[in-house]
Amino acid sequence: MSRYYLNYLDELESEAIYVLREVWAQFDNPVILFSGGKDSILVTHLAKKAFYPAKIPFPLMHVDTGHNFPETIQFRDNIIKDLGVELIVGSVQESIDEGRVAEEKGKNATRNALQITTLLDAIESNKIDCAIGGGRRDEEKARAKERFFSHRDDFGQWDPKNQRPELWNIFNGKHFEGEHFRAFPISNWTEMDVWNYIKREHIAIPSLYFAHEREVVWRQDSWIPNSEFLVLEEHEEIVTKKIRFRTLGDITITGGIESDADTLEKIADEVSGMRQTERGNRSDDKRSESAMEDRKRQGYF
Amino acid sequence: MLDNNQLLRFTTAGSVDDGKSTLIGRLLYDSKSIFEDQLQAIENTSKKKGHDGVDLALFTDGLRDEREQGITIDVAYRYFTTPKRKFIIADTPGHIQYTRNMVTGASTANAAIILVDARHGVIEQTKRHSFIASLLQIPHVIVCINKMDLVDYSEEVYNNVINQFEEFASKLLVNDIRFIPISALNGDNVVNRSTNMDWYQGAPLLHTLETMHISSDINKVDARFPVQTVLRPQSESHRDYRGYAGRMASGIFRLGDEVTVLPSGFTSKIKTIDTLDKSLEEAYAPMSISVTLEDDIDISRGDMIVKSNNKPEPSQDIEVMLCWLHNNPAKPRAKYSIRHTSNEQKAMIKEIVYKFDINTLERKSEDKDIKMNDISKVKIRTTKPLMVDSYRENRTTGSIILIDEATNETVAAGMVV
Repeated sequence: MSRYYLNYLDELESEAIYVLREVWAQFDNPVILFSGGKDSILVTHLAKKAFYPAKIPFPLMHVDTGHNFPETIQFRDNIIKDLGVELIVGSVQESIDEGRVAEEKGKNATRNALQITTLLDAIESNKIDCAIGGGRRDEEKARAKERFFSHRDDFGQWDPKNQRPELWNIFNGKHFEGEHFRAFPISNWTEMDVWNYIKREHIAIPSLYFAHEREVVWRQDSWIPNSEFLVLEEHEEIVTKKIRFRTLGDITITGGIESDADTLEKIADEVSGMRQTERGNRSDDKRSESAMEDRKRQGYF
Repeated sequence: MLDNNQLLRFTTAGSVDDGKSTLIGRLLYDSKSIFEDQLQAIENTSKKKGHDGVDLALFTDGLRDEREQGITIDVAYRYFTTPKRKFIIADTPGHIQYTRNMVTGASTANAAIILVDARHGVIEQTKRHSFIASLLQIPHVIVCINKMDLVDYSEEVYNNVINQFEEFASKLLVNDIRFIPISALNGDNVVNRSTNMDWYQGAPLLHTLETMHISSDINKVDARFPVQTVLRPQSESHRDYRGYAGRMASGIFRLGDEVTVLPSGFTSKIKTIDTLDKSLEEAYAPMSISVTLEDDIDISRGDMIVKSNNKPEPSQDIEVMLCWLHNNPAKPRAKYSIRHTSNEQKAMIKEIVYKFDINTLERKSEDKDIKMNDISKVKIRTTKPLMVDSYRENRTTGSIILIDEATNETVAAGMVV
């Protein structure tokens, strides 16, 4: 009987498919939060598997900060066309124009925190009762405490000290009107698992993850890409480097690393030798020890 | 990582002083799973707090309240990988007020690590953690006798602890118990073999975790397939496709197997087993698949497909060991929602048979108020039959949760006796 067991990637895949099907069965109007990053691409790939031969039975939702890598948007539009699913866009620019949020000021200003309002507005106006995300517990210490099914109150807030216990694989998605859930099918995956799986399944990902030449500036210990939003400090200088990105967020805050890894094999090799966490290049997490916990409590991804 | 590497989930329970956080920190650190920026953050905090060197225990701090109070409150999951296996640690608090969190962490674990302070031997907490491991039927228990450095690495002390443990463990239902003398602080027998305890012939902790046999942890005999949802693509290529999507809870399905759908009792044969990648000849737990049958039968979420020659007995009256998880105590004869696999019904707690004192392992038949963290044997009546197996036979089809309909909160978890 010894051959009747799954290897770790197959077990993670099976668990994620199970979670996605539970979401579909327990909620009326779920969406996949799609950022164009590898984790949300992975969740979308797993959703394809979960509902085959039917197509993914719910839309993808993108919270668009307006500070995108052009490659990400191109990739998003292609995947929507391929899958034949609906795309919902929540626009941070619109939230700003409508006066719902105010742009941060100063040299390290980002639209990262502004996304929370746009996200919660989009969830409310589209009557979404479950937003499926690509969050992983290995990413960050507040995320290590997340449930697969994570409750949000009618203000969209997370109460980490008061979470529903989650035993075995029995998920409780019951909620009152106005409340919603976040679901995290790849909770148990690590960055390395994600890369090994992408490699195994030949999943297409944006070119930004592969080493390429780009104009960058050295800031907060990583290479920040040049863009129309970049304001140079006096001592800073734009240079051209061969870099790649380990995570994708806004173009204003996502730092690249110098790398020659231009294939999935090379990336997986490189990641396995990494001595820094992937979010170490994200200035949104560097603001304080509990930066992620604070944002998550308010309704962040 | 190799293609046949398995995933092992284990739980650790412990309180502030028994070295649990240090042990986890040591496992992660010595297996090179801690990143430099995480280490830097811990070093900074260690300095701020005035500790000597790096306090590995800080690595397991999560939420702000936990950092401030220096305790673990909720279950936190940690990950590490070696060339042999991927590991998920459910790191849980050890104090009695967090029994529910320990139970949560234990529910999915292949193995439990129970820490005993070599200086104090088996104490109340050791018994509590062992009892929970037994109650939740964790297949493997590893008793780590920690702080051996503080008892001069004495073999005699180690043997005394084993004797104490075996004496009370005879009352428990654990098949596989192992003992390892360690010093989490110094790294003895955690990842690397200790040079201070030549008298110990066994393997260090990590090697034990990497090599213990876990393929038999899932029931491979009783085929149980709870239906999560029905897939009806109605596309040109799959016009008449009607697939039952779910995850094998236990056992094996093969093409052509005679199956019975519960609770309706209709029978049919397995026609196809489908995944996006390919159609399969057979499927086994815990695979997620979609199944089609030879006959058109009305099947929906909550139904269970089983082999016709091996069926669970549908029942409206079940006895469970119930762990109460919520601040609001149980209301006798009140209605709750009950979840069993993908099935949901209404249920009532009809009778509290007895309550457990989880420190002494004694039954208390007088005190019948069920409050948070209590573990009791109860009789439950459901509005419609559930297709349960005993929890000892099957951890998936032998488990239930109760949900309070007034608050939607999960209030209890139960194991079918």
